[in-house]
Amino acid sequence: MPLGGVIFIVIFIALFGAFLVWVASKTGGKPVYHPIKYEPYECGLPSLDKKDTKVSVKYYLTAILFILFDIEIIFMYPWAISFREFITSGQGAFVFVSMMVFIGIFIFGLFWEVKSKALEWD
Amino acid sequence: MGMGKDIFEITVNGLKLVVIFLMMVQAVPILVWLERRGSAFIQNRLGPNRVGPLGLMQLLADAVKFLTKENFVPDTAKPLLYYAAPVFALIPGAVAFSAIPMSTPIQVSAFEMFGSTWGPYTFLVQGYDIGVGIVFILGVSSLAAYTLLMAGWGSGNKYSLMGALRASAQTISYELALGLSIVGVIMLYGTFNLTEMTVAQQGPLAFTLFGYTVSASWLPNWGIFYQPLGALLFFTTAFAESNRLPFDLAEGESELVAGFHTEYGGFKFNMFFIGEYGHMMIASGLMALFFFGGYGIPYVSVQEVQQWAASIGYGSGLVALLHFLSFFVKFAVFLWIFIWVRWTLPRFRYDQLMDFGWKTLLPWALANTILTAFVIYIASL
Repeated sequence: MPLGGVIFIVIFIALFGAFLVWVASKTGGKPVYHPIKYEPYECGLPSLDKKDTKVSVKYYLTAILFILFDIEIIFMYPWAISFREFITSGQGAFVFVSMMVFIGIFIFGLFWEVKSKALEWD
Repeated sequence: MGMGKDIFEITVNGLKLVVIFLMMVQAVPILVWLERRGSAFIQNRLGPNRVGPLGLMQLLADAVKFLTKENFVPDTAKPLLYYAAPVFALIPGAVAFSAIPMSTPIQVSAFEMFGSTWGPYTFLVQGYDIGVGIVFILGVSSLAAYTLLMAGWGSGNKYSLMGALRASAQTISYELALGLSIVGVIMLYGTFNLTEMTVAQQGPLAFTLFGYTVSASWLPNWGIFYQPLGALLFFTTAFAESNRLPFDLAEGESELVAGFHTEYGGFKFNMFFIGEYGHMMIASGLMALFFFGGYGIPYVSVQEVQQWAASIGYGSGLVALLHFLSFFVKFAVFLWIFIWVRWTLPRFRYDQLMDFGWKTLLPWALANTILTAFVIYIASL
């Protein structure tokens, strides 16, 4: 189990990165405060909207569709890894056909999604 | 936990992880120099050539400039998220890259130190060998979407937020095609383990079809000859995952100022850059590994190299060095293709980008999966 290595390097990078940010904040020039300078950057124009501006619902829809399809793809991984073993044990036809049915449902879902214009960006 | 059996092994394995991370960080200025010089030659300019020989000292000058930049935090920023985002940007790249095998293991025979016997040891030329290597790398590298969102939300700038949303929607959309394009690879090798995949691609091209053995000794036994469409799809989606042109909608400067890192400057901006190049490195490493034989030297197997090294009196060190060079050449070629493409193709429009991911790459990746399964099944009859 390489978990120790993963935990070690994550902690190391976090500390290393934090150290770099700290060093850069000490070596950098001294900030001179001015309210206009510290506004969010919008090419020098005064801000029109608030920062928590409204966000298109399309992003939420994309995220939901991603989760649906990603889980379906994750189901294909165990099938893919044991496909050859099933073929050698003589169950190739069953495993192949059942995954084709699953992919058929996947394709139907994708087709329906395109038809219902869930993926149209304007 | 298990990084080793005793304090020596744990120390070496820990140092190895640190060295891999620092090498990734150190490779970034060199890649930036290569990118600037390369783009200059592509565009018939000279590029940075004033500071030092060939402009190589430009890297140091940039580092000094990054360090002397004023530490600027906008009034609207959420300080914790604003500071944490660039630090976290470093993590996914290095953690995922450490799982890529870069060479054959190095054997260290038993030796005496501090009055006791240590070893024998076997050190892998990779951070850690994870059994489900592919799943681990895909999982960890997709955590980068959180960095983008942290930066976009933490900056308190609407352009940053829009850039972050675009970038994360793009990354997750292309992740579908990315995940699906390697199902064929997994079927082909029947393993998630990256070392086993490399071993499966040794020697000259030979496979069994309908009971006949087909061999082409003038080609290496690389995955690209079994999965050409999968390789193309994987490489295309890898560009989108690393937010590089032609998919760099996250920082479309003509519409979003600079995207999610608008409010970042100096060293914090540099750390996002390191993260982006880290993704390029993972993608290049995985391309070499899945489709171009990993650390394997073309046409010859690891055993043959070991026998040759033994015949001239060298051990696993020389074998590891040769395989590392083989990996590095493939790795460097893909890194250069990343740079080359950036200066060749124009940027997509956002709706074209999403259409391309969902309506073109995803169906083709599905077709590749079905085709691979069909051929593997038919060929076994």
